[in-house]
Amino acid sequence: SWKLWGMKVNPIQILQRKHCSMGVLPDDIDRSSEAFSRNSKAMGSLISDLQSHINKILAGGGPEAVKRNRSRNKFLPRERIDRLLDPGASFLELSQLAGHELYEENLPAGGIITGIGPVHGKLCMFVANDPTVKGGTYYPITVKKHLRAQEIAAQCKLPCIYLVDSGGAFLPKQAEVFPDKDNFGRIFYNQAVMSAEGIPQIALVLGSCTAGGAYIPAMADESVMVKGNGTIFLAGPPLVKAATGEEVSAEDLGGASVHCKTSGVSDYFAQDELHGLSLGRNIVKNLHMAGKGGQLSGLQKINPEFREPLYDIKELRSIAPTDHKQHFDIRSVIARIVDGSEFDEFKKLYGTTLVTGFARIFGQPVGIIGNNGILFNESALKGAHFIELCTQRNIPLVFLQNITGFMVGSRSEANGIAKSGAKMVMAVSCAKVPKVTIIVGGSFGAGNYAMCGRAYSPNFMFLWPNARISVMGGAQAAGVLAQIEKVNKKKQGIQWNKEEEEIFKAKVVEAYEKEGNSYYSTARLWDDGIIDPSDTRKVVGLCISASMNRAPEETKFGVFRM
Amino acid sequence: SASASKPLEKILVANRGEIACRIMRTAKRLGIRTVAVYSDADRDSLHVKSADEAVRIGPPPARLSYLSASSILEAAVRTGAQAIHPGYGFMSESAEFAQVCEDKGLTFIGPPASAIRDMGDKSASKRIMGAAGVPIVPGYHGNEQDIEVMKKEADRIGYPILIKPTHGGGGKGMRIVQSPEEFVESFLGAQREAAASFGISTILLEKYITQPRHIEVQIFGDKHGNVLHLYERDCSVQRRHQKIIEEAPAPNILNDFRSHLGQAAVSAAKAVGYHNAGTVEFIVDTISGQFYFMEMNTRLQVEHPVTEMIVGQDLVEWQIRVANGEALPKSQSQVPLSGHAFEARIYAENVPKGFLPATGVLYHYHHVPVSSTVRVETGVEQGDTVSMHYDPMIAKLVVWGENRATALVKLKDCLSKFQVAGLPTNINFLQKLASHWAFENGNVETHFIERFKDDLFVNPANSVVAEEAFNAARFSARLVAACIIEKEHSAWKENLSGDNGSLSMWYSSPPFRVHHCARSTMELEWENEYDSSGSNLLPLSITHKPDGNYLIETGENNFPGLEVKATNLDDHDFRVEVDGLIMDVSLAVYTKDQAKHIHIWYGSHHHHFKQRMGLELSEEDESQHKPSFETASHPQGTIVAPMAGLVVKVLVEDGTKVEEGQPILVLEAMKMEHVVKAPSAGYVRGLLVSTGQQVSDGSVLFSVKVSHFTFCILFIVITYKMV
Repeated sequence: SWKLWGMKVNPIQILQRKHCSMGVLPDDIDRSSEAFSRNSKAMGSLISDLQSHINKILAGGGPEAVKRNRSRNKFLPRERIDRLLDPGASFLELSQLAGHELYEENLPAGGIITGIGPVHGKLCMFVANDPTVKGGTYYPITVKKHLRAQEIAAQCKLPCIYLVDSGGAFLPKQAEVFPDKDNFGRIFYNQAVMSAEGIPQIALVLGSCTAGGAYIPAMADESVMVKGNGTIFLAGPPLVKAATGEEVSAEDLGGASVHCKTSGVSDYFAQDELHGLSLGRNIVKNLHMAGKGGQLSGLQKINPEFREPLYDIKELRSIAPTDHKQHFDIRSVIARIVDGSEFDEFKKLYGTTLVTGFARIFGQPVGIIGNNGILFNESALKGAHFIELCTQRNIPLVFLQNITGFMVGSRSEANGIAKSGAKMVMAVSCAKVPKVTIIVGGSFGAGNYAMCGRAYSPNFMFLWPNARISVMGGAQAAGVLAQIEKVNKKKQGIQWNKEEEEIFKAKVVEAYEKEGNSYYSTARLWDDGIIDPSDTRKVVGLCISASMNRAPEETKFGVFRM
Repeated sequence: SASASKPLEKILVANRGEIACRIMRTAKRLGIRTVAVYSDADRDSLHVKSADEAVRIGPPPARLSYLSASSILEAAVRTGAQAIHPGYGFMSESAEFAQVCEDKGLTFIGPPASAIRDMGDKSASKRIMGAAGVPIVPGYHGNEQDIEVMKKEADRIGYPILIKPTHGGGGKGMRIVQSPEEFVESFLGAQREAAASFGISTILLEKYITQPRHIEVQIFGDKHGNVLHLYERDCSVQRRHQKIIEEAPAPNILNDFRSHLGQAAVSAAKAVGYHNAGTVEFIVDTISGQFYFMEMNTRLQVEHPVTEMIVGQDLVEWQIRVANGEALPKSQSQVPLSGHAFEARIYAENVPKGFLPATGVLYHYHHVPVSSTVRVETGVEQGDTVSMHYDPMIAKLVVWGENRATALVKLKDCLSKFQVAGLPTNINFLQKLASHWAFENGNVETHFIERFKDDLFVNPANSVVAEEAFNAARFSARLVAACIIEKEHSAWKENLSGDNGSLSMWYSSPPFRVHHCARSTMELEWENEYDSSGSNLLPLSITHKPDGNYLIETGENNFPGLEVKATNLDDHDFRVEVDGLIMDVSLAVYTKDQAKHIHIWYGSHHHHFKQRMGLELSEEDESQHKPSFETASHPQGTIVAPMAGLVVKVLVEDGTKVEEGQPILVLEAMKMEHVVKAPSAGYVRGLLVSTGQQVSDGSVLFSVKVSHFTFCILFIVITYKMV
């Protein structure tokens, strides 16, 4: 019995062995270095800037509008979502800074709150108008944000809950809101197509729902209307009076009674908003999604017992330099976002400017691709290979972008860098596994493409506050443009002095500075939001969980140029 | 003689509730098998579960079940029980029943039928006691029951005077008459109640002692002529003439007085040839220091455990041994007196509504752990219903200490840890009582509650006290919010991690939000048991801090936010940390009448909150489509039943013009009468109930309308007819 007992594995030994595992990334940050404190200071000020912007956004349309909203027994959109979510559940809000400094007037959160969270244990996409912001009307960016939420829902097969409280299209900007393919009409097209695919479409009419907006509940699979506050009509009382001379109150024209009892436009009659929200929860409870494309997906039974990273996640705020010429090892980021800081690197010694490898995040297997410098032939080939591996095994991909681009120059061109880059772009484009992109530094040129930029439809894409996105760096662009300008001027016989050239260059740099800024990007929905670096692990985990909510899809690659 | 008989092997307990359970416990310890009897209302109750066998004896009303001698005897014969223990109440003081038992060859575990008969008639017993030299209170105990004669006798004795049915007990049918003008109404009421409760309406009159103490002596006799006493109990603290806190020995009496009482009690028992357990009640005039014989209870009393605690004996065991024919196990000098014991009776009752009996479901019932010094005698379990058919006592809490002061400390502690939720109880009141300085000093007398009512009852008009109470409730509300949110969160987390582990990260603590903290709101309504008039709404905002704590704000500027850390220990126990203070907190949550009810206990505090669900109903609430009866929803002047009960008399006809305070009808519940009066002058409308009808708590009885309103109704009716 002594011997048997002796054979037993001591749990401490297992722990020790795990710590000594090949895959555990070392702690290689020099916390006493000048760079560390400089970086953390710079990031600190970026985050406090960000927080002050966010605080304004969380206040919605301002105290007056909020007060008016409350006086109508209505909750704010985030409160509505909180009451629909399971108690204590997390909520992944998207694009909080949409519309930031985009129009003359402030448009907090673009006038619409979108995000993902669980209801009765089912992940849902929420799309909630904010009636305190311009009466919940749709600006161009509002439409874009609504459509983006639907895109994610369609991609991840998430039931959609529309919390409708909107005055419809913002008329002064109707030309940018109404006619185009990805404009207002697309909302209903998406509802129809998703419904056809078996993705539930649920509308809660908590306020007005006028004109085109009326189609949101009308197109929904099931809808709830709140007595007194909820109205649905194609034309409101003033328009009706103008058109037909009929005088009718909003409630009589398109209130909950009319639509639940007479017209059948709505299905559930709610006495008040709380009742409406609880009816909404009930609808989700009664969804039966089993068999709908195998909800439980390609995920193997994941182990809920995962280990937190070994190193302080808050240190992510001190790793990325604000100066994009400064290099940092992407492994120090990976070490802080993966379970137990364990990362099994693939092709570690080959194409070393691209780091690839396997890890787990909250128990979910992931393949990570991170930049450690310029992409060379080898790194691009390695990236394509790794993506193929992950698609074969149905492992979701996480891209950690910090890329200035592909290597240029005659040697590189002669080696076929375009061919190698194309291979990686082909692999990224066709990979049908969930993809999540986080820009932790720069995102320039074709590097943005190969590393799954917005055009490559990652399921989710987030930025760190220090991120920069542009076709090239401002200084490089200024150099190129100045070169061309000089040639043009020379043709016209104009001599360009040094000073004039510097002014010209400075203008270009300034424009790139502004347009490459993370706020510029996120305001236009080139991404799904700016995140605090220390939230990266959480956000990536939630994104992957939401993306794995569907059956795996088979990947078919196109022709790889050999 | 009797000692030659075979000892009992199987006993039928002709009772229910805690006393049935208590008797069975001793029987089991002695290796005696037990038989329970039950009415349909008690099929699943604890006393049935505690017995080896149980026999159904009839429908819920006691007179058809627990008072049905034939059914009980039949049950005994059917199960082969050799003896019947009657407990207290029901058949315990029925001489006829004791006689029938003996006739059928069953041992009645109690005194001989003759002694019950002698003592059962209060007038006769006083005559016997007077003859035996036991001091008695001046009064009229004659057979002449004519109202004129009685009035004359009352005038002779002098007011105040006590009117009392000659049969029964427990204060039922008793009336105090302050002046000659009140006599007739009180007399008739007492007669009616006596007739309804005991079937005999004979009344006696007695001088009413204004500052009395109620002290009783436990005696015991065997079939060999030995009688001894087991010291006295003080049962002075009473409400509605019923005891609520008893203690032994009586405080602030001299040993001399104690032995005089004891001897008087033994003489009383011997005068009627008593054997088995009995109690001789005395009234002590605290002004004169005189004591008078009141009555003898020929049974085991509710409060017998306090005696057991100070003498270290099991009185039920003694009863069985005496019934077996054994001699008393001890002699008078061998009976020890050690320490001090209290018994607090925990009732389902509505203290601010004049201690009206309450009914309902015990949604939550956790009492203090029992030990050698703490006893909890109970006949109910969590989930049981306290029905209108029987006594609303939930439990007896009995504690023992080396002396009165240490026993009192224990009593107060145990009361604060006695958790009952679902129906109103007197626990809070008992706590106040036990903490009162006069009670602590042992200054007990039967008018104690009346005398100190300003201290014992919260006067909602007292703004300082009200504010203090509200602040305490406000603090509790914040603890409640933290615990509820913590519990809900972990419940969902557990729920989800089971079948869909991939989503568990969505339920991490604290819940994730992008760039802000998750917030929840909660609106708690404080159920102030002493002030149901004002609404005490507490809107709370809960912020989930990154460290897992909850920041709870009330939205009132003068009350800063409170940061609470709550750890869920088990189903309803939490460990909370507030501002460096760590403590245990217990919660009970249940759904009733479209509202979530939350009770919280910590330290000596207990608060009850309601969370209105409005139409946002919880999934487990099945009553969502039932209309709710709420006083507020009824028009002014509407009178609803203050309790569930039986209409015993309707005094006016519908449409009668009444004065303010005029009695309209009489309700009876738990054999207690309650007069429903007109709230204002006017005309009685909608009086549809009739004598013998059962009404439920909160149902509309009638309304009183001022005259012109009636005209309106008439006018409308006429108009309709014309159309």
